[in-house]
Amino acid sequence: MTSKSDRREFLRKSSKFLLLSGAASVAYASVAEGQPEKAPNYRMHDHWWGMVIDIDLCIGCGNCVRADKAENGVPLGPKYFRTWVERYHIPPGDLQHPEKEELPVVDSENGGFDGFKEKYKKGDGSKNFFVPKLCNQCSHSPCTQVCPVGATFESPDGVVLVDREYCLGCRYCIHACPYGCRYLHPETETADKCSLCYHRIVRGLTTACCEACPTGARRLVDLKDPNDPVHEFLKMHKVHVLKPQMATGAKVYYNALDGSVR
Amino acid sequence: MSSRFKDQEHLIRMGVLLLAGIIVFFVLRGVMVPRDFGEYGHYRGGALEDNRARPAVYAGRKACEECHEEVVAARKGGRHAAVGCEACHGPLAKHASDPAAAKPGRPDAKTICLVCHLENVARPAKFPQVNPLDHGEGKACSDCHKPHQPKIS
Amino acid sequence: METALPGVQGFLYPNEIELQWSVLIVLYPFITGLVAGAFILASLERVFNVQAVKPTYRLALLTALAFLLVAPLPLQLHLGHPERSLEMYLTPHTSSAMAMFGFIYLWYLMAVLLLEIWLDYRKEIVLRAQSTPGMLGWIYKLMTLGSYNISPQSLEIDDKVGKFITVVGIPSAFLLHGYVGFIFGSIKANPWWSTPMMPIVFLFSAIVSGIAAVLLVYMLISFIQGRKTDMACLDTTARYLLYAFLIDFGLEMLDLIHRIYEADESFKTLDFMVHTQLYTSQVLLQIIFGTIVPIGLLALVQLISLSEAARKGIYVISGLLTLVGIFAMRWNVVIGGQLFSKSFLGYTTYKMEFATREGLLPTIILMLLPFAILWALVKLLPPWQDEAGHSHSS
Ligand code: HEC
Ligand code: HEC
Ligand code: HEC
Ligand code: HEC
Repeated sequence: MTSKSDRREFLRKSSKFLLLSGAASVAYASVAEGQPEKAPNYRMHDHWWGMVIDIDLCIGCGNCVRADKAENGVPLGPKYFRTWVERYHIPPGDLQHPEKEELPVVDSENGGFDGFKEKYKKGDGSKNFFVPKLCNQCSHSPCTQVCPVGATFESPDGVVLVDREYCLGCRYCIHACPYGCRYLHPETETADKCSLCYHRIVRGLTTACCEACPTGARRLVDLKDPNDPVHEFLKMHKVHVLKPQMATGAKVYYNALDGSVR
Repeated sequence: MSSRFKDQEHLIRMGVLLLAGIIVFFVLRGVMVPRDFGEYGHYRGGALEDNRARPAVYAGRKACEECHEEVVAARKGGRHAAVGCEACHGPLAKHASDPAAAKPGRPDAKTICLVCHLENVARPAKFPQVNPLDHGEGKACSDCHKPHQPKIS
Repeated sequence: METALPGVQGFLYPNEIELQWSVLIVLYPFITGLVAGAFILASLERVFNVQAVKPTYRLALLTALAFLLVAPLPLQLHLGHPERSLEMYLTPHTSSAMAMFGFIYLWYLMAVLLLEIWLDYRKEIVLRAQSTPGMLGWIYKLMTLGSYNISPQSLEIDDKVGKFITVVGIPSAFLLHGYVGFIFGSIKANPWWSTPMMPIVFLFSAIVSGIAAVLLVYMLISFIQGRKTDMACLDTTARYLLYAFLIDFGLEMLDLIHRIYEADESFKTLDFMVHTQLYTSQVLLQIIFGTIVPIGLLALVQLISLSEAARKGIYVISGLLTLVGIFAMRWNVVIGGQLFSKSFLGYTTYKMEFATREGLLPTIILMLLPFAILWALVKLLPPWQDEAGHSHSS
């Protein structure tokens, strides 16, 4: 391509961009500029967000972790994650001592941000898989229950959010989360957690992690939308949530979740 | 009667003091609690707006496809067609809103493929994986595969 | 893990690597425990009319006040945004144990402790307001609230009201510290904390620590002021300490046995933790040196008759050991609850810093502060009346 044709191309494309069909382009422009008032009408009460994660599709590439940190300004380093990926390794049982409990060997170096180096041998009889984790957007969330001031809450559309302007930084919520999904943001000194990319989903976009997931292992779902394929999916699959004994009303459903996952 | 009152006077003074404290508390509360607190529940209604106000960093594949028709066409029918553009190209919302201002680089075709395709026993067996030591003769993946249409026909 | 993070063993959810609650949060239940315990000891005398411990009545109240004033400071220091802490009172979340604690604290400070002290000291305050010159005199004048009536009738009313407040105060003191236990006990995500025993164990350990603290402070002040300690008082207080200790120990053992017998999913992890990371603080400091040894020593006094000096020595030693043991107990709850992963697959460590906001230095300062306050309070409102009930002007 010559630079001349480049420019022509650009003009063609940009004029087309300006003519983009209605809402999509307006929504898009406002997304990029961070101006919520321009977002198309979003009615909170028409939505109830959650996520479906298919363990059988997760390849542990770490795209979701990187995308999340980029999208949401999560501090880099191995201690702060809104979403992370764990690798489970379940050694083969001991035939001589089947009564012995085999604990899974789990690792999540840097939360899976740099992907996973091969660590186990093919054909050693072990079971290996990846488990992406994120806030379960519980509908009876223990974290919002314990917040002393109402700085974290369940939004009317089913997302557990943090009010950075109001949070004391007491960290009670961090302790109350059974899944380890919260951390204290070292710069704002307030609790921080997955917002299910609230700024994106109210504008019709999917979350950053889902956008970056190559295999569709994680999918944003709207449990109030009758046309969302999630309803069919939940019907056709045996799904599970993490730590159901905690009775938190988790809305992140896992397909093909192994019983060893905690 | 009046001497009885006199003997309790100090208690009444203390009571008034405590009452004044309580009144001050309620006045303070009226002044200091944000207006929008309790709009939807026990939180600041404006916090929803605050959470929405972030700019997006990932544009979403729909945006890319509006302009890069040639890539959409190239990807059609391939097994990468379902993979989002930004899964390989990284976050490009800035580029998508102003292509001239933020010109993206090209992903390094030597390394990017292995992020997803490097052999790993924890990956689902169905997923196509290679070991670069015995695949591709040490050449760049893009020497043989086209990133947007990886199947070698 | 190949590049394991320092201090990390096995697997933790990544956000768990950093401990959230530091030694300051250990200090907080320790201090509120002393408050509640000291107050309950004082109330004993008043409500049940135990004459023997009378010499410590006022001292216990002042000790409670001194520690209560310091209690919120470690929390404030720990908060990411201390300037927002007023929100706890402005928009308290009714489902949060922590929010409710703010109100209980205020209630206890204002409606119980300050009132009770004020009523009890009112006569001295008025006398001193009339006789003390200068700044100090003004402080006393302020405390009279402008009412100088100390007629026998008014004092009698004070006594009645004071007694009523004490009666209200006992459940308040129970609430104050039971609630601290509830803050931990109600966290279902954390099996080390989550038990209905937590409030009650906290309460009894609070009583234990409060009695021990008053016992020590009483002996210390008597020693400094060259006053003769009232041996009957010491013996009775020490006996109460023993009783409270036995209940406390029984409850803690019940909790332990229950955990061992049930052996739920978290048991192996917690058991391992107690035998490794928490061995020194839990097994040695808390159980052996902080509980069994002082119980043994105090029981010894009951069983055989010892000389006064020997008894005093035993009280000092067992009092100190008790405080160390109770502090270790708070440490094991707060820090221990954060050392294991909620995945039950790994452990982290707590490295205490020194001269940082949440380090050892502020902890030591905060621990000494109540004694400074107590010293000032004892100067301002002497707990003992000298010669023939007259207070001497300073
Ligand atoms: C508004 C139209 C528009 C949108 C939307 C858009 N692009 Fe572009 N893109 C362009 C133009 C025009 C160029 C050429 C810029 C130049 O050469 O200066 C370009 C260049 C590129 C290049 C570099 C091509 C090369 O030759 O090196 C890549 C890669 C790219 N875009 C990817 C994307 C991705 C991924 C998205 C979606 C996030 C996207 N673009 C969205 C218009 C757009
Ligand atoms: C599997 C990873 C992958 C995906 C998915 C992908 N790309 Fe690419 N893309 C590449 C790589 C690698 C290159 C660089 C090729 C090279 O260097 O020759 C590239 C180059 C480009 C270029 C510049 C050169 C060209 O071939 O036109 C554009 C524009 C582009 N991509 C746009 C897109 C858009 C738009 C999408 C989504 C519809 C997309 N890409 C999806 C990997 C990908
Ligand atoms: C972000 C992840 C990702 C990256 C990066 C990526 N791929 Fe893929 N690739 C996929 C997915 C997902 C599939 C489809 C797997 C399926 O359908 O089960 C796939 C399929 C393939 C296939 C099988 C195609 C077929 O039709 O049999 C080849 C070959 C391939 N990729 C080559 C590449 C090459 C070469 C690169 C580097 C330019 C690359 N991939 C980069 C995710 C990725
Ligand atoms: C010398 C040419 C060559 C190079 C270089 C090369 N490949 Fe291939 N690759 C092939 C051929 C031929 C096939 C089989 C035909 C097909 O499936 O399209 C193949 C198949 C694949 C498949 C599909 C395997 C399956 O099980 O379906 C993947 C994935 C793949 N290559 C990835 C890569 C990656 C990643 C690189 C870079 C490290 C790479 N290839 C480099 C020639 C090459």
